[in-house]
Amino acid sequence: MIRIVLPYHLRKLAGVDGEVLLDVEGPVTQGLVLDALEGRYPVLRGTIRDHVTRERRPFLRFFACQQDLTHEPPDAPLPDAVATGAEPFLVVGAIAGG
Amino acid sequence: MSKVRVLVGTRKGAFILESDGKRDKWEVSGPHFAGWEIYHLKGSPADPNRLYASQTSGWFGQIIQRSDDGGKTWHQPGTPNGEPTTTPDGMPKGESNKFVYDTTPETGKPLSTHQWYDGTQHPWEFKRVWHLEPSLTDPDTVYAGVEDAAIFRSADGAKTWHELAGLRGHGTGPQWQPGAGGMCLHTILLDPSNPGRIFIAISAAGAFRSDDGGKTWKPINRGLISQYIPDPKAEIGHCVHRIALHPSRPNTLFMQKHWDVMRSDDAGDNWHEVSGNLPTDFGFVIDVHAHEPETIYVVPIKSDSEHFPLEGKLRVYRSRTGGNEWEALTKGLPQRHCYVNVLREAMAVDSLEPCGIYFGTTGGQVYCSADAGDTWAPIVEHLPAVLSVEVQTLA
Repeated sequence: MIRIVLPYHLRKLAGVDGEVLLDVEGPVTQGLVLDALEGRYPVLRGTIRDHVTRERRPFLRFFACQQDLTHEPPDAPLPDAVATGAEPFLVVGAIAGG
Repeated sequence: MSKVRVLVGTRKGAFILESDGKRDKWEVSGPHFAGWEIYHLKGSPADPNRLYASQTSGWFGQIIQRSDDGGKTWHQPGTPNGEPTTTPDGMPKGESNKFVYDTTPETGKPLSTHQWYDGTQHPWEFKRVWHLEPSLTDPDTVYAGVEDAAIFRSADGAKTWHELAGLRGHGTGPQWQPGAGGMCLHTILLDPSNPGRIFIAISAAGAFRSDDGGKTWKPINRGLISQYIPDPKAEIGHCVHRIALHPSRPNTLFMQKHWDVMRSDDAGDNWHEVSGNLPTDFGFVIDVHAHEPETIYVVPIKSDSEHFPLEGKLRVYRSRTGGNEWEALTKGLPQRHCYVNVLREAMAVDSLEPCGIYFGTTGGQVYCSADAGDTWAPIVEHLPAVLSVEVQTLA
């Protein structure tokens, strides 16, 4: 079970409180985790990744296990601790402005 | 008794203000979509309970919201949570925030470039929806004006959108350039007497007209003079801030340009200046009295470098002669130390008798005049910066 922490506005859009729990089939990669998230919550399509290019929106970051995974390839495996559910995968709005 | 519902978009959410026909006591609801920029909300003329809202964020992109009960509840049209995002044959379903320029050979145009601020060419990139214009007759049909400039149409209640690519690709696109707020298509006017006719305006490209329901377009900027482009009388490149028309005379258009208040009596084919005795002819809003097609309103702003009222006095100007002769309307408006702006979407009129005039400011005030501009009173005074104001007159 993968744990995902979304920023406030995306939790409100998706209508969820707290962490999102998802099953991901196959290797746990950033791309597949986001596919599963958007599959469960279609309203999030286009808010994290571009509809067409599937590229991350510029002001969003991905963190886990005290690491910045923002620029990792979408098909790179996420840390084992994320894959096992020991640690959450964090979608974070970049700090820009006061 | 008649009612009015004022739809206010702000930098930090949407607000709905309601009153009976007297327009002196108001109920305020909101913020809806708190924390998001709400560029525009508008109700369907064919079903006043059907509202559309453009909710945007630099972080999370574009969201379209819809209400079917006059703003009490909202939802994002499209696939509900938990339902498959693809059809049984594996094709992705459209989502309400999917604004993708149409580049298909059948109906689209290649994705080209436009001028950047320094004159170099820059690729077209979707950023946000500035304006939503519901059809005059069908609640499920709605047009969207977007940045980078293009017009989209939905015929299924905003679940899916399709670009009317003939505008973006009609040929002058490489000469379009962004205004200070971006290269936005901010005005869409539907002609009530001619279902095929649509007027739009883009900052900074100018005004355009379609006579075939949005398939093909032509620039309608003859008569505009803009000193900030190499050829002040060029066919393209004018920073049109707003266009308004009266439904009974759709061939007469009024324009607030970057500088100059303009008028056309031939559906935009030719324009002439009607700034007349205005103290400054820079501004953003312009609108027409609901019952008097020759009575128009503007809010003069000092200059393109100083976006606030002259002398710190917030004054609406009214012309009862279709321009040129203007009178200042000041009763109830601050006449000292006022340095707010009134943005291009932030004025509207109701259709009661007497006609009500409304506008919102970047200081968070929404003013109402229930007597066609003679006197004014604030409905609310401390909202976030107001981006848009629309009014529905309800039976």
